[in-house]
Amino acid sequence: MPLSIEEICLKYKKGSREALLPVLQEIQDSIGYLSEEAIVYVGSHLNLPSSKVYGIATFYDHFRFVPRGRFHIRVCGGTTCHIEGSMSLLREIDKLLKLRDGQVTRDGLFSLQVVDCMGACSKAPVVCINGEFHTMISPDDLVLLFNDIRKNQG
Amino acid sequence: MDVRDFLISEVLTSKSPVTAHSINGRLAEIRRDRISRPVIYIGTGSCGLVAGAGNTLKTVKEYLGEKSIDAEIVEVGCIGFCSAEPLMDVQIPGKSRISFNNVDSTMVEPILDDIFNGIVPADNVLGQFLNPLHEAWNGVEDISRLPFFRYQHRIVLANCGKSDPQSISGYIARGGYSTYLKCLNNYTAEKVCDIIDESGLRGRGGGGYTTGRKWKTAHNSVSDQKYLVCNAAESDPGAFMDRAIIEGDPHLLLEGIAIAAYAIGATKAYIYIMADYQQAIKNLKLAIAQMKEYALSGYNIFRSGTDLQINVVVSPGAFVCGEETALINSIQGKRAMPAPKPPYPAIEGLFRKPTVINNVETLANVPFILRHGPQAFNSIGTANSKGTKVFAVTGKSARTGLIEVEMGTTLKDLIFKIAGGIKNEKHFKAVQIGGPSGSCVPEQQLDLPVDYESLWEAGAIMGSGGMVVMDENTCMVDMVKFFMNFLQQESCGKCIPCREGTRRIHEILENITRRPPSESGHEVLERFKGIMQLEGLAEVIRDTSLCGLGQTAPNPLISAMKWFRDEFEEHVFDRKCRAGVCKELRVFYIEVDKCTGCVACLRKCPTNAIVGQPRQPHFIIEDKCIGCGICYDVCKFVAITIK
Repeated sequence: MPLSIEEICLKYKKGSREALLPVLQEIQDSIGYLSEEAIVYVGSHLNLPSSKVYGIATFYDHFRFVPRGRFHIRVCGGTTCHIEGSMSLLREIDKLLKLRDGQVTRDGLFSLQVVDCMGACSKAPVVCINGEFHTMISPDDLVLLFNDIRKNQG
Repeated sequence: MDVRDFLISEVLTSKSPVTAHSINGRLAEIRRDRISRPVIYIGTGSCGLVAGAGNTLKTVKEYLGEKSIDAEIVEVGCIGFCSAEPLMDVQIPGKSRISFNNVDSTMVEPILDDIFNGIVPADNVLGQFLNPLHEAWNGVEDISRLPFFRYQHRIVLANCGKSDPQSISGYIARGGYSTYLKCLNNYTAEKVCDIIDESGLRGRGGGGYTTGRKWKTAHNSVSDQKYLVCNAAESDPGAFMDRAIIEGDPHLLLEGIAIAAYAIGATKAYIYIMADYQQAIKNLKLAIAQMKEYALSGYNIFRSGTDLQINVVVSPGAFVCGEETALINSIQGKRAMPAPKPPYPAIEGLFRKPTVINNVETLANVPFILRHGPQAFNSIGTANSKGTKVFAVTGKSARTGLIEVEMGTTLKDLIFKIAGGIKNEKHFKAVQIGGPSGSCVPEQQLDLPVDYESLWEAGAIMGSGGMVVMDENTCMVDMVKFFMNFLQQESCGKCIPCREGTRRIHEILENITRRPPSESGHEVLERFKGIMQLEGLAEVIRDTSLCGLGQTAPNPLISAMKWFRDEFEEHVFDRKCRAGVCKELRVFYIEVDKCTGCVACLRKCPTNAIVGQPRQPHFIIEDKCIGCGICYDVCKFVAITIK
C-alpha cells in the first residue's frame, strides 16, 4: 500500500531543509509524480514557500509533474543512441502520440521520458517500455509496438 | 563457525595476509575456487539487462528446474565487454570457468546441454578463466589473452563481472577490507595521506587534481566534523564507468571510501548517486548493510577508535551536480548551483565543514595503493599521470564497453587494438573524449597518449572517461548540436554567458542544419553571421563562467570547427551534409526511368516542389525542396533517391 503524502512527510523532521530532496523523491516513488498538492504540503512541512519547493524541484531532471502513463516510455538520450537515430524515434513518438519528454497522453495511456545513457551502446538505439527493453529499434518498429499496445488495451 | 565469524577471526584479525591463491580450504570455497556443484554466472549489470540478460537468467532457472540439476546461479556485474552481452559463464567442479558471449534465451539450452556433458559447444565460446586449481578445457582460449582484454591493465575493474557483488564474504576472502584494517591499526591518518600523495593518484572525474594534496588539506583543517563525499553523479551521455564499478564491485568502492575517511578524519561519508542508477543503488545499500554487519563501519571499528557512518544520497539528477560545490548545495537541499572557490571544500564544504569530494574511480584505486604500496601504482603510467584509467568506449567501434588501460596508452592502440577498429568496414572519422565537456580528436591526432598533460596540450581533455568513436556517417555539426542541446538544458542558469550563450550557439547550429522555407540572400547572410559569432561566443562563455560546465561548454564546438571546418562551411554555403545525417539538407532526386507519373508525391509535397504531368516522369525543384522526405516515403516505385 503506497504511503500518502502526509505519511511520508511525517518521516522527515519538520523544517529540515536537507530533507527536501529525499522527501520529494519518496513522494514521487510512491504516487508516481509531484502533484501540486504534494508541493504545497511539503512546503508547509518544511517551512518553505511552495514557490521555492517548485523552483527547486523543476531544476532537477528526475522529477515529474504529470502522472506516468500506463505505459511509460524511456528513450535513451546517450551519444551513441543519438548517432544511431534516437532523434527519429522521438520525432515518431511525437507524430504518433503527440507526446514529448516529460508529458503524458490525454488518455493516460503513454508517458515519455528521455533518460541518461543506459550503457547498451552496441545495441543502440534503446527504448524501454515498462521495464521491457527494445534494442536497435526503428521508427517503424515503434508504430507496430504502439498498435499492439493499443489493441491489447481494447 | 559461521562464515562471518570465520572471516573475522581467520582473515580480518589475522596477522598473515590473504593472498589471491590461498589454498586454505574454506577460503577457497568462499571464493568459489573450490566448488562442490556447478556454478552459472550471468552478467546482470544494467547494460547486460538491456541486452536481454534478464531473459537469459529466467531461462537458465527454468532449464535447471526442468532437468533437476543442482547448480548455483550467481549474478555478477559488468565485465566490461558490453558488445558481447549477454554473458554467461559456467564453472563445473574441478574445471576452469568457461565464458560464453551473446547468450540470448534461445542459446541457453544448447550451451548447457553440451557443457554439462563435458563438451565444449561449437559457438558462442568467448574463453576460459585459467586457474592453477582447475583443469583447463581443451581448445578454449585464455580469456585474458583475447585482444579486448590482453592490452588492458585492470586495477579498478579487476573483479567486475567475475565475483559476486552481493557477497562481502567473497570480497574479504580475496583480501578485501584487510587493507582498511591495516591502515587503522598500523598507519596514522597522515601516513595514509602521504602514501596516496606519493602514488601520484589524480582525480578521475575529469579534474585531475592531485588526490593526496586534497586529502592533506582536509586532514590539516581543524574541525569537530569532517565529511567524505563520493561523487557518483555520473551523467555524461555515454559514460557508465562509475555505474559498472558500483554494480560490479561495490565493496571495492566502500573500502576506498573507508580508507579516505580515515585519512582525512571524517566520521561520516556520503555517496551521492544518480536516481536513475537503481540497480547500483540497490547493490550499494546492500553492501553498506553488510559492512555494518561485519562491524567494518559504526563505532570504534575493530577497536581502533575510528568511527564511520556511510550514507547514500540519491540525486534527482542534473549534470551540473558533478561539480563539487553544486553537489554540496544539492545535499543541503538546494538547487545544484555552483559557488565560487575559495573557500575550497577541503577547508569549508558540506555544512561548512572540511569536505573531500572524490570520484568513484579515484576511490576505487585507493585499496590497491594501500595494499601494494605507492610504487606499485606510480610505476605504471607516464611522468605526470600515474596508474590506469577506465574508459567507456562506445559508438562505431567493433567492440564496445569498458576498457581500463595504463596511462600513456595511445588512442590508436585503444581504438584499433583493443576496441577492434571501426565496424562494418567503415573509416575512422573522430573520437569524442570527455563527453559534452570534451573535444573531438581527428585521425591526425590518434598517436596522442592518454595522459592528462598530453591531451591538454593538444586541446582536448581526459574527462571522466567517455569515448565515442565516430565514422564517416557521423555529422560533426550534428554532434556539436547534440552536445550544445544537452549543455543548454543542463546549465544551472547562474551565469548569463553560459545560460544564454549555449542556447544561442544551439540556435545558430539549428539554423545551419535546417532548410528555411525560402532561400533569400537574407537567409544566407544570417547563417554566415551566425558562424562568425560562434567563435566569439565560445570565448566569452569559457572565460566568464563560474564552473567547469560553462568553462568547458565550448570545447566540442571549438574542436569540431578546428578539425572539421570544411564540414561546417558545406552546411552553411553548399547546404550539404556529407554524412547524410541532417535530414533537412537532404536533396531528393526522381529517377526518370523508374517514375510512373502517379502524382502521389506531387500531391503530398508540402512546398509544391514537385512538378510533372500525370503518367510523365516528375521532377523535384531543388530550391523549393526542404528535405522532409515525404515523397520518399510515399513513392511505391522506389523512384526517389537521396543524392
